[in-house]
Amino acid sequence: MVNEGAYLTLGAAILSLVCFPAGPVLAKDKTIRVASTTSTEASGLFGYILPQFTRKTGIAVRVVAVGTGQAIRLARRGDVDVLLVHHKPSEEKFLREGYGLRRHPLMFNDFVIVGPKRDPAKIKEAADITQALMRIRDAMATFLSRGDDSGTHKRERRLWRMAGIDPSVQQGWYREIGAGMGRTLNIAAAMPAYTLVDRGTWLSFANRRSLVLLFEGDYLLRNPYGVIVVNPQKHPHVNVRAAQSFVRWLLSPSGQRAIGSFRIDGKVLFYPHARSARP
Amino acid sequence: MTDIAAGFAAAFQLLLSFDAGLWEIIALSLEVNLAAVFLSCLIGLPLGGALAVYRFRGRKALIILINALMGLPPVVVGLMIYLMLSRSGPLGSLNILFTPGAMIIAQAILVTPIVTALTRQITEALWLDYREQLTSLGSSRMRAIPTLLWDGRAALFTAVLAGFGRAAAEVGAVIIVGGNIAHHTRTMTTAIALETGRGNLALALGLGIVLVTLAILLNTAAWMVRERSMPEAALLGVDR
Repeated sequence: MVNEGAYLTLGAAILSLVCFPAGPVLAKDKTIRVASTTSTEASGLFGYILPQFTRKTGIAVRVVAVGTGQAIRLARRGDVDVLLVHHKPSEEKFLREGYGLRRHPLMFNDFVIVGPKRDPAKIKEAADITQALMRIRDAMATFLSRGDDSGTHKRERRLWRMAGIDPSVQQGWYREIGAGMGRTLNIAAAMPAYTLVDRGTWLSFANRRSLVLLFEGDYLLRNPYGVIVVNPQKHPHVNVRAAQSFVRWLLSPSGQRAIGSFRIDGKVLFYPHARSARP
Repeated sequence: MTDIAAGFAAAFQLLLSFDAGLWEIIALSLEVNLAAVFLSCLIGLPLGGALAVYRFRGRKALIILINALMGLPPVVVGLMIYLMLSRSGPLGSLNILFTPGAMIIAQAILVTPIVTALTRQITEALWLDYREQLTSLGSSRMRAIPTLLWDGRAALFTAVLAGFGRAAAEVGAVIIVGGNIAHHTRTMTTAIALETGRGNLALALGLGIVLVTLAILLNTAAWMVRERSMPEAALLGVDR
């Protein structure tokens, strides 16, 4: 026959896992949640800097990495304590609507255009980003758009607009795929196709195949990241004290040094940008 | 071909190096999957049994609905649970969004229809066979349910394993309600999604191979328990 006691013990054990899945419950004020973008998580930046902060303060930081559009929605709903994204107009709108306390400039890098090595649209010699995009249009070379309301997608739409091109009416060569940066790069590498990518994700991306960096350096490609604590007046449960101390650390000389010293293959991915770090 | 070979190499390397990060996500995956399947059995076994023995208006519609729910898209379930558990949602004050608890709930919702539908089918076949005997002994329909479940245990076992397979394989729901947070809600499947995004295809495939290996080990263990705990007759009795 069945050993009922054994089943009961097993059941109780599993039930306790369901009810207390986190194991030892962390003190509430020692944990914060951050909504951020795939570029910061996938590049490994958080894996590098967060342990330094946690060692210093004992505060655990849990990062949910999604596109900027979705990160802002998480913050508006009060599901995170801190927002760390890269689309200034959306961040300012978030503040205007009263969801955030203040936006602090944190760091920056830049966007680049990557594409097939043989560069059918000859964007490598383009004088500026506008000319590069016009050449892609003229050559009708395949261009992949994130199409996911992320910071990168919003920037890409703006660059097309500034070049006077409405890519959504173009036939065939402009494709919106509705995917994160990594998946977009995987598809671009397989096609191959041109796409806009932030330098951090590009440097840490391993499956490049025939993709190479073809255009960079235009001022319009600057990519600033901001950090905002969610307003406790909108969401009273926000862990303001721990969130503030996280933001203070990020902006402090040691936080800024941590960001600036994160490298892949000797290359800097994010440049510190806080006021305290400026010369 | 070289990519796939690199995947196998990565899998071996992961397993042989006893990578602490890997064991962490394996442990979390198992915890979430097993807890979800356990919850689903608590609901699905009695519910499936009840659907087998009781006759009522709308029974057919309910059975069709539960069968259809076996095909619930994980992303949709993830989104629903997210909206429920979000701070701005009706259950926001529980504060369990982006925790393993939220992942267990989402997976239990995905697995319960499978356990219920298969239990209904298995026990209904037994009920039609044994109905006369069970009712002539003066047993009520309610009392018949545990008997049917016990008699059908060999086949129900496969139903539960099918539910476990669903939980272990899905990524759409857990990535939304868990958030794929490092060291907290990162499971095998969400780690595979992350590594694919980083272009580490060999590592992603390696994790996939580890996941399949785990599933085989678990199913082997379950099979051995099944053979031990059941006399030959019970196995034959149901599989006839």
